[in-house]
Amino acid sequence: MPRLKSPDDLYELREKLKQERDQRHTCVTICSGTGCIACRSQDVVAEFEREMAEKGLEDKVALRRTGCYGLCERGPIVVILPERICYLGTKAEDVSEIVSETLVKGRHVDRLLYEDVETGQRIVRLDDIPFYRKQERLLLEANSLVDPKRIEDYIAIGGYSALAKVLLEMNAEAVIEEIEKAGLRGRGGGGFPVGSKWRTTRDVPSDPKYIIVNADEGDPGAYMDRSILEGNPHSVLEGLIIGAFAIGSQKGYVYVRQEYPLAVENTEIAIKQLEEYGLIGKDILGSGFSFTVDIQRGAGAFVSGESSALMSAIEGKVGEPRLKYVHTAVKGLWDKPTCLNNVETFANVPLIINNGSDWYGRIGSDNSKGTKIFSLVGKVNNTGLVEIPMGMSLREIVYDIGGGIPNGKKFKAVQTGGPSGGVLPEGMLDIPVDFDRLEKVGSMMGSGGMIVMDEDTCMVDTARYYTDFLAHESCGKCVPCREGLRQMLRILDNITSGKGREGDIELLEELSEFLQEAAFCALGSTAPNPVLSTIAHFRDEYDAHIRDKRCPSGVCKDLIAYQIDAEACIGCGTCARNCPVDAISEVEGENTVYEIDQGKCIKCGNCIDVCPPKVEAVVKISSSVLLESA
Amino acid sequence: MKMLKLQIDGQELQAQKGTTILQAAKSIGIDIPTLCHSENLKPYGACRLCMVEITKDERTRLVASCVYEIEDGLVVKTNTERVKKIRRMIIELLWPSLTGLAKEYDVASSRFWPKETECNLCGLCVRYCSEIRKLDAVYFKGRGIDRELAIVPELARECAFCHQCHELCTGGWIVYHSDQAF
Ligand SMILES: Cc1cc2nc3c(=O)[nH]c(=O)nc-3n(C[C@H](O)[C@H](O)[C@H](O)COP(=O)(O)O)c2cc1C
Ligand code: FES
Repeated sequence: MPRLKSPDDLYELREKLKQERDQRHTCVTICSGTGCIACRSQDVVAEFEREMAEKGLEDKVALRRTGCYGLCERGPIVVILPERICYLGTKAEDVSEIVSETLVKGRHVDRLLYEDVETGQRIVRLDDIPFYRKQERLLLEANSLVDPKRIEDYIAIGGYSALAKVLLEMNAEAVIEEIEKAGLRGRGGGGFPVGSKWRTTRDVPSDPKYIIVNADEGDPGAYMDRSILEGNPHSVLEGLIIGAFAIGSQKGYVYVRQEYPLAVENTEIAIKQLEEYGLIGKDILGSGFSFTVDIQRGAGAFVSGESSALMSAIEGKVGEPRLKYVHTAVKGLWDKPTCLNNVETFANVPLIINNGSDWYGRIGSDNSKGTKIFSLVGKVNNTGLVEIPMGMSLREIVYDIGGGIPNGKKFKAVQTGGPSGGVLPEGMLDIPVDFDRLEKVGSMMGSGGMIVMDEDTCMVDTARYYTDFLAHESCGKCVPCREGLRQMLRILDNITSGKGREGDIELLEELSEFLQEAAFCALGSTAPNPVLSTIAHFRDEYDAHIRDKRCPSGVCKDLIAYQIDAEACIGCGTCARNCPVDAISEVEGENTVYEIDQGKCIKCGNCIDVCPPKVEAVVKISSSVLLESA
Repeated sequence: MKMLKLQIDGQELQAQKGTTILQAAKSIGIDIPTLCHSENLKPYGACRLCMVEITKDERTRLVASCVYEIEDGLVVKTNTERVKKIRRMIIELLWPSLTGLAKEYDVASSRFWPKETECNLCGLCVRYCSEIRKLDAVYFKGRGIDRELAIVPELARECAFCHQCHELCTGGWIVYHSDQAF
C-alpha cells in the first residue's frame, strides 16, 4: 500500500478506485451488521460468491458486505445497486433464484420484496418502502456504499477529502468557524454546541491535548453508534482527525464498549489501514500535522459513558464520575484539555466540511441542525434504525416511518432519551423532535432511543423499570443518587404491588426535586425524568394503583388475576397442561370445565395465551374484583 | 500566592487561590456540615451535606463546598432554605446516622425505610487506606444501590491490626468488620 504523501496522491488514488468500481455496473450488497449476521447473512454472502462464480458473473457484478441498513428485524437484507432492489429476509436458499432471475434476466423475485400491509402490493426499491420514504439518511446511506473493512471503498466515495481540505486549505480557526456556523450539536445526549467545545479546548494553552470518541452507548436497546462504527468506521475517524487538527491534539482515543466486538474489530482494521496509507501518523498528507489513535474498550456500565467517568476509565481508574467544577474541555484526561464527542457527532463533521455549513444549516430545525438517528423500538410495526431531519414530528416517526401500532392497539406513549428520558403522551405527538423542544416537555433527545408504548403498557411499571435500571447502573458514590433512587424504587415497588399509600406521589416528587438539585453528576440529576414525566401525564394510573389497588393496563402482577369463564370453557384442558405450577384443575360437574386455584397461580399468563382463539375462556381481571366477589 | 476576595454569608474575606469554600468559611468561623470530608484526604464530594448556594455572574447555583475552589467576587450563602432542604433530606435518607445534625435541622424522624447496613459509604476509610496508609485494603464492591464496602481478603490480617481509619468511620462498619474479616 503506498503512503499518501499529498492530497494529490489521495485524489489520484480515488480516481483509480472509482474507475475500478465503475467497471462493474451492478453491485449486490449484503448487510453484514450485527443484526443481519445474527440471521446468517454470512451464509448468504458465501452462497452469492459460489453462485456468481458458477455463472461467471464475477467480472460484471460486484459483491459487497455492508454495514447496517436499519431494518434489522427484516434481515438479512440484500440490496442490488444501482436499481436499489431490496430483498428482505433473504436466505442462502434464495440466492440461486436471485442470481438467475435478477442478475441474469433482470426480473424481480417478488416473494422477497417488501409487502405493503394495507394494499398487499410489493415494493421493489428500498427508497419506496414506507420505513425509508420519510427518512433522510445523510449518515446511514454511506453504510450501503462501503464495505467497512475496506478503506478503499470509503476513499472511492470521496472519503478523506474533507480531511485533505482541512489540512491543506483551511486553518484550525476556519474549521471551528465552519462547525459553529453549521450549528452542529453533540449527539451523545446533551446537545452541546460542538464548535464552542472545540474552541474552548483549542484556547487552553497546553501540550498535550486529547480527543476522544464516545462509543460507550449504554442505553439499553439503542444501537445507533454501534451501527455507524460497525458500518462506516472511517466516517467517524475522519471526523476525529479533523477535530484533532482543529483543537491541536495529537493523540486520540476511541472508547468503545467491550460488548460491541464487531465495532471494535472494524475500528481496529480501519485504524491499521489509516496507518498504512499514512492518513494517521506523522506529517499527514504532507501537512506537517501528526496524529495517532488508540482503541480503549469499556466495561460497559451505563455510567461510564459520562464524560469524567469515561476519562477515569481510560486513565486506568474506576469508571466513576469525578469532581468537575472545571470542565473536561479544560481539565480532562490526565488533567489535560480533552475534547469528548459522540460517534454520531464526529460522523457529521466530514459532511459539513465537504458540503459547507450553508448546506448543513438547511437541514433540521432552527436550533437543531442536521439529522438524528433513532433506534425505534417497542410497539410499532416497523422497528429499526431511522435517520430523520430534526424537527420532524413524533407522529411522523411513529406512524409514517414506524407504520403505527401493531394488532389494532391504541398508542399510549413514546419514551425518548434513554433511561433518564421521559415519556410523552398522545397529546404531544405533534411536537417537533429537536433538542430544545424535547427538553421543554420533560424528556430529552438523549442519544436517540425511542420506545413506543401501547395501551397494554403500565406507566407506573414503566417508571419503576427505568428507576430500577438507573439505581443499579449508577456508580453509587453520592448520597442523593444512591439513597434517593433506592427509596424511589422502594416506593414504586410498593405502588406496583398494591401497597402504595396516599402521599407516595408527593414523596416521589420531593425526592425527584432533591436529586435534580443535589446529585453529583448528570445521571442523578436526570434520573427522576421517568418518574416525573409519568406522574405529569399519567397521574390517574398512579391513583388507580394507590387508591383502587388496580393496574388499568393489567400489567402489574400483584394487581391482576386470571379466571376461567365456566360458560365459555370447552374443557379441552390445554391450559391445565401448560400451567407450570399445576394451579388449574377440572371442576366436578356435568360438563368438563377448569378452574384456577388463585393461591397457587403465579400469573405467568400461559393459560390465556394457550386458550384456543375461538374459545377465549381465560380472562384477565383486576385482583381487587376477585377480592370483592370472595 | 494570589489572594482572592469573596463574600460568605454577608462577610467579606480574602483567601488564597486554591482554597475551597469549606476551608474559607471555616477560617471565619462558619461551620458547614460534612460527612464524607476529612482535612487530610482529597475532597470527595459525595455526601452533598456541604452544598451551598453560590452566585457568580448573576447566576445562582448549588455546589459542594468541600470541592469548589473560591473565585474572585464569589458570593456564597451557606444556610439558605434551599440548602437546608437538601440537608434535611440527606439526614432522613441516612437515618439514624446523622442524629446530631438532625436536631439542628429540626428532623425528628425519617419517612424512609432504614438502610440495611450501618455503613454510610462515605468512603473515608477507603480513601484513608489508599491515600495515607497506602495499603488499599478496603474498597467499594458493586455499583449503584448494590455498592458496599469490602476488605481485600489477602490484606485482612493487616487490616485487623491497623485500625488507623477507625476514628474516621461515620457509620461503624469498618470498626466492626476490620477484625471480623480476619
Ligand atoms: C450517565 C451518563 C451516560 C452517558 N452515556 C453516554 C454514551 O453512552 N455515549 C455518549 O456519546 N455520551 C454519553 N453521555 C454524554 C457524555 O457525558 C458527553 O456529554 C458526550 O459524550 C459528549 O459528546 P457530544 O457533545 O458529541 O454529545 C452520558 C452522560 C451521562 C450523564
Ligand atoms: S463533604 Fe461530603 S460532599 Fe462535601
